[in-house]
Amino acid sequence: MKYSSKLIADAVSEFQKLPGIGEKTALRLVLHLLKQDKQKVAYFSEAVNRMRSEIKFCTRCQNVSDHELCDICGNNMRDQTQICLVESIRDIIAIENTNTYRGTYHVIGGVISPIDGVGPDQLNIPGLLERVQAGGIKEVIMALSPTIEGDTTIFYISRKLKDYDVQITSIARGVSFGGELEYTDELTLGRSIATRLPYENASIKSS
Amino acid sequence: MFLRSIHLTNYKNHADRSLAFSRRINCFIGANGMGKTNILDAIHYIALTKSYFSSTDQQNIRIGADFMRLTGDVSIQGHDYRIVSRQQVGKRKDFSINDLPYRKMSDHVGRMPVVMIAPDDGVLISGSSEERRKFLDNTLSQTDHEYLEHLVLYNKYLDQRNALLKSMNNGGRHDTVLLESYDEQLVRYGESVYRRRRQALSDLEPLFAHYHRLVSLEREQTSFSYDSTLNDTPLAEQLRDNLPKQILLERTTAGPHRDDIAFMLGDTRLKRFGSQGQQKSFLIALKLAQYHYIRAHKSFHPFLLIDDIFDKIDGERSRQLVQLLSGEDFGQIFITDTDEKHITDELGTGAGLFDIYRIP
Ligand SMILES: [Zn+2]
Repeated sequence: MKYSSKLIADAVSEFQKLPGIGEKTALRLVLHLLKQDKQKVAYFSEAVNRMRSEIKFCTRCQNVSDHELCDICGNNMRDQTQICLVESIRDIIAIENTNTYRGTYHVIGGVISPIDGVGPDQLNIPGLLERVQAGGIKEVIMALSPTIEGDTTIFYISRKLKDYDVQITSIARGVSFGGELEYTDELTLGRSIATRLPYENASIKSS
Repeated sequence: MFLRSIHLTNYKNHADRSLAFSRRINCFIGANGMGKTNILDAIHYIALTKSYFSSTDQQNIRIGADFMRLTGDVSIQGHDYRIVSRQQVGKRKDFSINDLPYRKMSDHVGRMPVVMIAPDDGVLISGSSEERRKFLDNTLSQTDHEYLEHLVLYNKYLDQRNALLKSMNNGGRHDTVLLESYDEQLVRYGESVYRRRRQALSDLEPLFAHYHRLVSLEREQTSFSYDSTLNDTPLAEQLRDNLPKQILLERTTAGPHRDDIAFMLGDTRLKRFGSQGQQKSFLIALKLAQYHYIRAHKSFHPFLLIDDIFDKIDGERSRQLVQLLSGEDFGQIFITDTDEKHITDELGTGAGLFDIYRIP
């Protein structure tokens, strides 16, 4: 599309970089902002700006946080002997919404997939090993995608943890719809966290 | 199993066409290029969720149209099913059974089994080993759902392992634990694929011998053997032993993705045939063996699709074949030909066994 203002064109092109936003939608959002008070738009861009520049990642679990430790790692009411291993922050949000889990998390940032250039070194696996080595962890719950990449990651981490006295469990697999935890409805996800099973490689079946 | 009718909208060269079928032999007669083969292809699509001939789904949409739709009404053991597949240009197709969309296309494979006899079957003999593996994969996928699942998993793990070998060859870390995790899964699914293929081939062998005698009218001894390094050495051992070479080549050098079928005539391995007729009867017998293998695993007859083969075989063989197909061992059959005489000469028009559709 052609715009008579470069300012509009630049704003449209920035919105278009967001996931799921095409040029038409981007233009609609930009024209909407144009109709707002300047002050309102300033709040909007400041909120976005501060979110990105001031956000911290929990030094223990890599969850988003306003402090050095996130609200979950820093909360003594949570079971600090349990770690739920997830791919992304979105998974934490999904699991927290079920209100069934009282332990802590660990975000590894993806799954092992050499095809996509993601090996163990690109993931936050050393951070997990450090937490287990430090002691006090009784259970690691694997809550990764039911894909072959998720299975490989679980297999890999469980091998790395085999010399430690820690129980490894996995949420019921194949419950997720679309291959990602966030799409599972809360009830199903909550149930699968509650009824997690001891992990044995042979019992994990991907689909 | 009985395909009552089919409706093609913008499928290949057919803008809008409805056909209702007879329970036995249906012949599509027409000159080349009129689209009779595309009707056969549409039936293949209904049965296996994809065209036999096109390599991409987009190629199925009629040139100039922006979508295609196929509808098929199929009756299986007293139950009626409506299959609908729709596809828009540039989008993914959807495929549903009685209004329920399939999430995975592979879940449909095997519900409506089908065997295709086509002019390009010669690649089974002259083509690469991949063609022969595809033949076994097609057969097993339609009878053994777990096979299809294991094959898909095997191929996915194989791709990941090859990517890991590549990164190792390009300065990446030699991660033994990660490699072992792929090896373990490859062994698990690879051994399963290997075992099932080998068993299927040995089950196909006597069926083939039977039909080869009937179709070719020859007395030569035929046999099959499954060529695989897994015949002698477990896969786990092969993956471990040749590792340096595999890293250098950046690919996994052992496993069922390298297997082959040897077709034997007497003591010699078949590479080519003396005559086209000989080759045709060999291939027809192979497909009829596949048909009866699937028939034995299902409690009903698969669809049999026969594309333009009668003018490639001599009179005696084609007489033999038509006699065979009209017998009780077969269910619903769809045949294309440029000349209906090939078929009517053998059976006579009054037999009531078959219907003729002139395309267009
Ligand atoms: Zn934390």
